[in-house]
Amino acid sequence: MSEKKFSKKHEWVSLDGDVATVGITKHATEMLGDIVFVEVPDAGKAVEKEGQAAVVESTKAASDVYSPISGEITEGNKAIADDPGSVNTDPEGASWFFKLKIKDKGEYDSLMSKDEYDKFCKENPS
Amino acid sequence: MGFEEKRVIMEVQKTALYNYHKNLGAKFVPFAGYEMPIQYKDGIVKEHISTRTHAGFFDVSHMGQFFLEGDETLIESLEKIIPADLKNLKINHSKYSFLLNNEGGIIDDLIITRTEKGFCIILNAACKENDIKQISQFLKKHHKHLLNNDLSLIALQGPKSVEILEKLIPGVANLKFMTGNNFEYDGENLYVTRSGYTGEDGFEISISNTKVEKLIDYLISNKVKPIGLGARDTLRLEAGLCLYGHDLNEKINPVEANLKWAIAKKRKEVGGFNGWEKIKNLLANGSKKIRVGIKPDGKVIARENTKIFSSDNNEIGFVTSGTFGPSVNAPVAMGYVKSEFSEVGTSIQLEVRGKKYGGKISELPFYKKSYVK
Repeated sequence: MSEKKFSKKHEWVSLDGDVATVGITKHATEMLGDIVFVEVPDAGKAVEKEGQAAVVESTKAASDVYSPISGEITEGNKAIADDPGSVNTDPEGASWFFKLKIKDKGEYDSLMSKDEYDKFCKENPS
Repeated sequence: MGFEEKRVIMEVQKTALYNYHKNLGAKFVPFAGYEMPIQYKDGIVKEHISTRTHAGFFDVSHMGQFFLEGDETLIESLEKIIPADLKNLKINHSKYSFLLNNEGGIIDDLIITRTEKGFCIILNAACKENDIKQISQFLKKHHKHLLNNDLSLIALQGPKSVEILEKLIPGVANLKFMTGNNFEYDGENLYVTRSGYTGEDGFEISISNTKVEKLIDYLISNKVKPIGLGARDTLRLEAGLCLYGHDLNEKINPVEANLKWAIAKKRKEVGGFNGWEKIKNLLANGSKKIRVGIKPDGKVIARENTKIFSSDNNEIGFVTSGTFGPSVNAPVAMGYVKSEFSEVGTSIQLEVRGKKYGGKISELPFYKKSYVK
């Protein structure tokens, strides 16, 4: 597995060969609050970079989850759809959202590093 | 939760506890012209559960505490716009009621309490200015009225409320649900009612702005958690209680809102209040649409404005409040459907993000109330 990269929309990506794993960041879960509903994409669905790919809802509101990278979905994480609260406990580990086969590794390379993302969050508090 | 502000507010107001909330780690949102805590550090679900299992306090000082004084003619005046039996309301007893317009539409929902000299009405924050205008049309010159902004209003809700408050203010344990009384606290008078908006036993305490921090210090020392608007919404929705501006508005009447129980029996027969002709007709013949409880089959949350369809795909209504109910451990909603689809157990479909999900008309409340009667 490669190092995690981060998007401005608070998703993380890790890469294993040409298969990327995508989830939402700890910072995102802290902003959302208690997560009570998750919808993940089915295998075979094509997603564009920054296109809507999944849905996450907290007690407060519904939010779209975007794919920071384009490709074809190979798996949605059904475990988090069954237990949405698990996203709050392990957002950057077991509670990933989906995996996809990527087309362009350049999209991954252009994302933020951990340090860059932490700085981005500090500069853009919401 | 739709906490959007519909009116243009020139200046944001704050309650006397604003800085106190800040120190407790509150996240604020603009609500009805006030900066109000939506949640604290624990988050909505924990706040909700601690209210149901222990006790929580809510700063509801943004609500209007409207006092009226007058003779017998005050009752006649108020009964023209409020369909409660005010003549027979005993001193220190409260009723849930409404202000009605000429069409029987609900201008606001409220709690009215008979006091020694008249009445106290608790009004929704977003409506209070207009409410006072509407009520004033019916008042006589010698009736006195005051929106008292020197008072805070604190709701203490949850099964431990009585034990905790009785230690501080002896006598409150004797109050029955929807009654109140004057008590002495720290050398001042305060007014306590046994009431609330969560489905739990609890109290609403009207206390001067200068003493309210001391009261909250005491509650916190008894492990009472601060509860924000977020959990207030999940608690009241599980209890099947309406939120004005969402489940109720000026175009909805009490029969459609499934609140005809809140119109006094005598007033239903004799009338004499705004919109009675229309309401009389609806009471006899039923309304075309009616407020119902809704339970989605799965985990999907049907939020406000979600369209409701029949099982054969005809649009039959819309959701007015919808969230995840932490005590029910499932999504819950309320909305309006055509009356022929209002029977409990009726299968419906909810359109969320363009997809239809199954659901059922459900009994209200979703969570059993535990009031002390």
